[in-house]
This record gives sequence, C-alpha cells and structure tokens, in this order.
Amino acid sequence: MQRIGVFVCHCGTNIAATVDVKAVAEALGHEPGVVISQEYQYMCSESGQELVKNAIKEQKLTGVVICSCSPRMHENTFRKAAASAGLNPYLVEIANIREQCSWIHKDIATATEKAIILGRTAVAKVHLNTPLTSMESPVVKRALVIGGGIAGIQTALDIAEAGFDVDIVEKNPTIGGKMAQIDKTFPTLDCAACILTPKMVEASQNERITIHSFSEVADVKGFVGNFTVKIKKKARFVDETKCTGCGLCTEKCPMKKVPNEFNMGLDNRSAIYIPFAQAVPKVATIDPNYCMMMKSGKCGVCSKVCSAGAIDYKQQDTFIEQQYGAIVVATGFNPIKLDKYDEFAYNQCPDVVTSLELERLMNAAGPNGGTLLRPSDKSHPHTIVFVQCVGSRCDDEKGKPYCSKICCMYTAKHAMLIREKYPDTEVYVFYIDVRTPGKNFDEFYRRAVEQYNVHYIKGMVGKVTPKSDGKIDVQASDLLAGEQLHINADMVVLAAAIEPDKTARPLATMLTTQMDTNDFFTEAHPKLRPVESATAGIFLSGACQGPKDIPETVAQASAAAAKAIGLLCKNSITCNPCVAHSDELMCNGCSSCEKVCPYGAITYVDKEFRMPDRSTKVRRVASVNPAVCQGCGACTVACPSGAMDLSGFSNSQIMAEVDAICK
Amino acid sequence: MQEAMIKRAKELLADGSVDRVIGWKRGEFAYDITPAVFTSAEELDRDFVCDDFTAANVSKYLVKETQKEGKVLAFLKPCDTYSFNQLVKEHRIDREKVYVIGIEGGPKLDIEKIRAKGITGILGVRNEDYTLKIETIYGTQTMPFYEAVLGKCASCKSKKHVVFDELIGEDGDVLDSNRFEMVEKLENMTAQERFDFWRDQLSKCIRCNACRNVCPACTCENCVFDNPKSGIDNKAPADSFEENMFHIIRAFHVAGRCTDCGECSRVCPQHIPLHLLNRKFIKDINELYGEYQAGADTTSRAPLTDYNKDDCEPSIVHERGVE
Repeated sequence: MQRIGVFVCHCGTNIAATVDVKAVAEALGHEPGVVISQEYQYMCSESGQELVKNAIKEQKLTGVVICSCSPRMHENTFRKAAASAGLNPYLVEIANIREQCSWIHKDIATATEKAIILGRTAVAKVHLNTPLTSMESPVVKRALVIGGGIAGIQTALDIAEAGFDVDIVEKNPTIGGKMAQIDKTFPTLDCAACILTPKMVEASQNERITIHSFSEVADVKGFVGNFTVKIKKKARFVDETKCTGCGLCTEKCPMKKVPNEFNMGLDNRSAIYIPFAQAVPKVATIDPNYCMMMKSGKCGVCSKVCSAGAIDYKQQDTFIEQQYGAIVVATGFNPIKLDKYDEFAYNQCPDVVTSLELERLMNAAGPNGGTLLRPSDKSHPHTIVFVQCVGSRCDDEKGKPYCSKICCMYTAKHAMLIREKYPDTEVYVFYIDVRTPGKNFDEFYRRAVEQYNVHYIKGMVGKVTPKSDGKIDVQASDLLAGEQLHINADMVVLAAAIEPDKTARPLATMLTTQMDTNDFFTEAHPKLRPVESATAGIFLSGACQGPKDIPETVAQASAAAAKAIGLLCKNSITCNPCVAHSDELMCNGCSSCEKVCPYGAITYVDKEFRMPDRSTKVRRVASVNPAVCQGCGACTVACPSGAMDLSGFSNSQIMAEVDAICK
Repeated sequence: MQEAMIKRAKELLADGSVDRVIGWKRGEFAYDITPAVFTSAEELDRDFVCDDFTAANVSKYLVKETQKEGKVLAFLKPCDTYSFNQLVKEHRIDREKVYVIGIEGGPKLDIEKIRAKGITGILGVRNEDYTLKIETIYGTQTMPFYEAVLGKCASCKSKKHVVFDELIGEDGDVLDSNRFEMVEKLENMTAQERFDFWRDQLSKCIRCNACRNVCPACTCENCVFDNPKSGIDNKAPADSFEENMFHIIRAFHVAGRCTDCGECSRVCPQHIPLHLLNRKFIKDINELYGEYQAGADTTSRAPLTDYNKDDCEPSIVHERGVE
C-alpha cells in the first residue's frame, strides 16, 4: 500500500499569488494513496525540508510529491532531504506549479485547477516510482578548449595552471583570435598585442597545453567526464614539427596577390604565409587555392628555399581522437557582413570601412604601417564619420535584434586615438544611445567628448554617397537640434554588429548544447549558471555566449575554467540512475535502439532463453551499459516492441501521467 | 516456371545444399493458396504450386524457419526480396541459413475481384493474351486480366530482386509506380473528409489480426497488442477509438521499416486499404528525409533511426499538419 505525502509550496507569493495553495493541498489530499497533504510558505527552506523529513518518518511515507518550482531548481534539495530521512531519493517527484503554472497564468481559478492537475499527475507517477541507486563513472582528467582567441587561451591557461592537460583546437593557422587584430584596447588604450602575445607564448610554452592550430572538431561522442572527440587537423602542407618559422618561404613565394585575412583584405600576402609576426605556432601554411605548385605543379620555390625541408605538398588532412573530461566552447564572434547595407555604400566605396578594418588601418603591423590613410588614395583623412549600431538593435532582416555591446566603447576609443594622433581631423559620431556601463567606461567616453572634442551627434545616418571628387557625402539627422546634416567626409567607419562564428551552430549540434535564435550558446541559467551550458561537462567562454568586451571575456574565460577544473578535480562523478534497460524477453535484437543511441551505450549479446516447452533458444538481445547511458530515452521511442524502458521515466509512468492529466 | 522451380528444389534437396524448401501449396480450391514448407521430392511433386494466385510473401516465415537447424530454400518474388532484406537488416532472419532463388513476380490475381464479377464455382484460371479464362463448374467465363489483378500488383514498385543467390527467369527493374496517387488524394481532402474516409474504413475492422500476422515488419517476440504490460493490449476493439488506434499504432510501429509489400491489404477480409497508412509514412519520409526504400539493402541507415545535420526541423513536420 502506497503512503504518499504531498507538499505544496507558496514560494512566497510566486505561487500563492495566482494559485490557491490551500485548495491544491486539500484536493490532492483526496488522491489515492495520499496520506498527508500540506502547504508551506517556503518548502525549500530548512523548516520546509524539516516538514518533509518529519512526515516521511512519522507517516512512513513511500513516496513524496513536492508541488513547487521547476525540478531544475530544487529537485536535488528535496531528494537529499528525502534521503536523509531514509527514503530513496528517486521516490520524490516534483510538480512544477511555478514556471509551468503560476507564472504564466493570471486567473486564480484556472491556475489552481491546473496546479491540481499537475499535482495529481505527479501523484500518479510516484505510485509507479521505484527506488534507484546511482553508480559512479570515472572522469578523464583532460580538457578540450574549442577556439584559441583570448577566451580560449585564458581558459586553457587557467586549467593548465590547476594541473590538468588541456588541448586547444583553433581553426586558423594561429591562436590569438580577434584580439590579435585589434590595435589598442579600451579604456586604458594599451596595445592589444602587447598584452595578448605574452599569453599566446605562455600557452604555447605551457607543458600541459597542446595547441592544435588549423584544426577543427569533427565529431563528439560520450558524456560529461568522458567525451571522445575527433579532431581534424587540416593539411597546411607544411610539417609543423620541422618548420622553424623563419619566414624565408613567405618572402620568396612568387604568388603575392592573396588577400590578407589578418588585415581584413586591405593588403595582400603570399600563398605560403604566416598570419602575423607573433603567430603561435609560428609555422607557415600554404593556401592551396593560390599556391601555383598546388594548382599547376609549376613552382616549388618554397620547398627549395626551406632549409628545414618542412614543405610537403602532398600532406593530407589527419584525424586524431582524444578523450576529455570537460569541453569549453570559445568560438568567439565575427562582425556581420555589410553587403546588404547599400545605404552606407560599403561595397561601392573603399573609404567606407568597418571598425575592425579601421583597427588594421591604424595598426603598426597593418597595411599602412600604422599611419591612418584612406584606402582609396592613401591620403590623410580630415573628416571622419563614425556610424553606430550598423546592424545592431535592428528589427529588420538585415541586422541583429541585440546590442553588440562593444561598439560604443571602441568607437570612443577610435575617435580619441584619431584626435590624439591627428588633431587636425574632425571626428563625428552618429549614435542612437551611447551605452557605457563598466568600470571607467563612462569616464572614457566623456573624455572623448570633453577633452578630445569629438562631435557626438544623436541621430542616424540616412545615406552615404561617394562623390566624384573622392569625398563622401554623409546625410544624417541631428535629432537633438532637429535638423538634417550633410557632412563632407573623407572616411566613414561603420560599427558593424557582431555575430557568433559560423562554426558555432554545427558545433552546438555535435555537442548537443542549446543555442538561442541568434546562434549564441545558451547558458544553463542566465544568472546563476552563466558559464555552463545545459549539457553537463560543456562550458562556455567568451563571446560565443553573447557579445562581450575583453575584460568580460577574460572574466568569463576564467570562470569557465574554474567550472571545468571543478569537474576535472573529481575522480568520478555520480551517474544519473535514470538509465535505459531492455526487457530481454521482449527484445527482438533488431538494432533500432543501437542506431539511435547517441552515446554508444547499447551492444548486443547472444543469450540463451528457456522456452515454454523447456527447450532453449539463443536470441540476440540488446544490452545497455548503464555507465555510458545518459537516460535520454531515444531508444525507448525507437524500440518497435516496447522492450526498452527508462528507469524513472518508464513507459508506464508516462502513460499514468497522461491518464492523470486526461482524467 | 513451376516445373523449373520444382526441378531446382529437388536438386538442391538431393545434393544436401538445403534441408527444406519454402513455397506455396494449394488448399481446397485453386485460389486457396497458402505458404508451405516442403522437405522431400514427393511433397514437392504433390503439393508445390506457383501460379497466378501465389501472391503470399513468404519472407516472414523465414524468421521461424532460420531459427531451426539446417538451411532453407526460399523462392522470392521481387517484392518479397525487399521484406527479406529488411528482416536480415533487423537481424530477424539469419541470411546464412537461406538459399534465395529469385523468381518472376506478379501481377497476381485477386479472387475477390473475380467473384465481384459474379463468377462463382471457380475451378481454375488461365491467362490467354490478357484475357482471363475462368473455368467454373458452370462452364468457362472470361474477364479482362487486368481487372482481376491484386491492388498491390497494380501499383507494383519494383520487378528487381534486391537479393538472390540465383535467379529463375530474368531480373527486372525498379518501376516508376503510381503508388502514391491515392495518398495524394487523401492528403488533398479536408481533415473532416479524411477522418470520415478512415472512420468508414476502420469501422469495418473485426480485429482478426490478419494484417498484423501477415506483416513482415511485425515480427516482435511479444507484440504490444498481446502484452498486458504495454497498456494497449486488447483482443477486440471495444470502441471506435480502439478500432482507429490499433491500425494507427501498427502504422507507427512499422514506419520506416515497411517495404510496402501490400500484404496487409491483401489479407484483410474486410477490404480495408491498410497499405495507404503505410504509404503515407513512406511518402512523408521520402519528402522530408529524401528517397528511402526499406529493404532495398541491408546496410543503409533508415531515416527514422538516423540523424544528420540536414534533417528537417520538427517544426516543418508540424507545419505540414496544420490546415
């Protein structure tokens, strides 16, 4: 005979304001098997938990139903409370009457009715709950960091510092990411390379860090503590172990007309190249789309000049497989393409540039050696117009609905640097709002306005028209003065919105992590678990989770590292006992379940069965490895004969819930 | 062809290559055909038959036959080879224990269609230049051959054997069949019209289980409809809901595995076009995940138990259902 206790939480007014909790407790008290039904202000509080524990002991409860918030919040709290009172923790069920009821309803009568149904459903399920025992699974003490920008580097350094091996997978030939392309950083105006490159070197020198540059994640299997990752090392046609990075090949390469990605295509590089002077690893890479040897078999200069004999035109992509306990995603961002913004003439006029292009134009390693010159005629610009929010906070198809967060600050930086270096230049900034929350950020912006006399004008630029004399007509509105402006500019700089890197979505699929509609990775909880994904063992670092500046990125990178270290420190983790098992008497051995299992937890065994006529028969049946099974339930759905079932979420439990709802 | 088959079967039995032969034998009447297992030359000579009425798919019988000792010779028509492959793929048939001889397929005849012409007392049939000569106790009657063809043969999808060890006669091609015509018609109906159509059909169901028992995709050790633990076990439809659910559950259970052999509709004593449910699934799978023919091979991964990054989003499936 079941003895079930029901405990209804007010959650202050979170639940009690829209759900008549007394009525719920009263109604559920009449459900079959329920021997006690109580309500309390805060069930999760110490005294609330005491209430549950005492009831378990005094009433000799065989099952507990807590009507409260989402099980994601307090299921563990109540399971632990039940365990401490001597009840198997898996005999506790949560009815979510907050997120799925009180918060989404306004009408008390409807909300109360629904809360009763949800409670009744949990009671129906708990009738069929069985005690479950957790197992342990070992943790591989190695982490993978996907992306080698400042976020990935910081995370890897922190994990390595804690004494764990870390691999960085970077799709480009060098680590460094976007920060390597930036000239100066706000709000201190120190040189980005000066603070980034020591970290890159530190990462390459750290014995615990392995850098797989020019590589991609090809496949991910497994689960928290035990991921198996296949890494594709793309052919760079240069033997990494032999190349000394002397750069002779890049000098001698006759093919020098390749757009230089590092300088945003503003100048050219050779077909064999090292992206920039401080690249890590400092190894050359051949671009097969431009290399004449690769295309026509005529050339081979680099191979002749390479004294290390590192050139290998026949190199193939290779794959390595490695086990990891934790994975940190740090895939970063890119500025959006501005092809659709005809009004800003980005495609028509070379002197209309993006902010990241401006960074390169101003950088000492950039196309002009650090002197700001117009790309079109290499003349000094005297009037520069900055346009904010190009594609950010945009409600049409072309742009992004979110604020890219970093543009206000880097534009203030650009304006200030230009006014500092070229005081004869007039700088205009057109903005919707200037958003500068952050330590020393508003002071920084005010300095640009007050000290450097940058003309900040509230209003949007309507049209940018290149003129025949090489000038650019910028037509804009000044909202505060209420007038239309025409500025005769030499250059226009567009603060393009930033978006997650395109590799993020297929990666999210491989990692079974969630993304939002903008393809930013979703954190497990926006406030309380900001660096974990909802998938156990996958952590988020940097702009892949949302737009971030460098200080924030580094802070999050270290936080993600801390979470990964917390996992790697453990020798084993407690597995979820809600795993699948097959009823061998029913199993046909058809392999449907094996095919859908994302974890490779199902194998087949030939087993001898005794038949009704006392003969024996050998049949092929499914067998689940409970240490590998993650309880996703895919097999239970795929099984045509209903032989697969999931402990804790059995077919009969789910049917009982459906029946209770439909009653 | 029947003589050639008997001859070859006798040879294989005699030299010990096979221990049993699975084919068809005649019942009381010429059209009363049933799959049968033969173990001797005498049995073959006496009972083995392969004619215009041997439409039954013998693949499913091999599940039980291959669990026994020894090797079986199976005569498979093109459509039967798909079922055979699918069962091999699902590890239900031990391929090593079967010697497959591919034989020419249909079109096979539907006795009901002949009877519908008012022809009774049938003794035998003869196809003379696509005119069917029907010997009856009342004399010879005639009807156009194609008017007597089984529904499943009229919309034949393939004359190609996807598996065989040897062939008697020629192999054919995969056909450009019109098999989805009726499904399209149903799709174009309003929800109410469609519901009315299916209620009209399914209300005829007497729950004889013939469709399940004949279906080569229904080889579960313990069928959900027989399993008290499944919560849906029943022996007879208690109400219209159960009438519908039995067939819908069955269609779901065989989705992605059904080779469209058409046996369900052939054996239905109430003439319910059950194959249309399965064909709707096949058509949807083809449209949503790309062309897929269950049983065409033994290695490919079926769309419903496979996953790739180009798979359509569930929302697309959902939107298709919205009127």
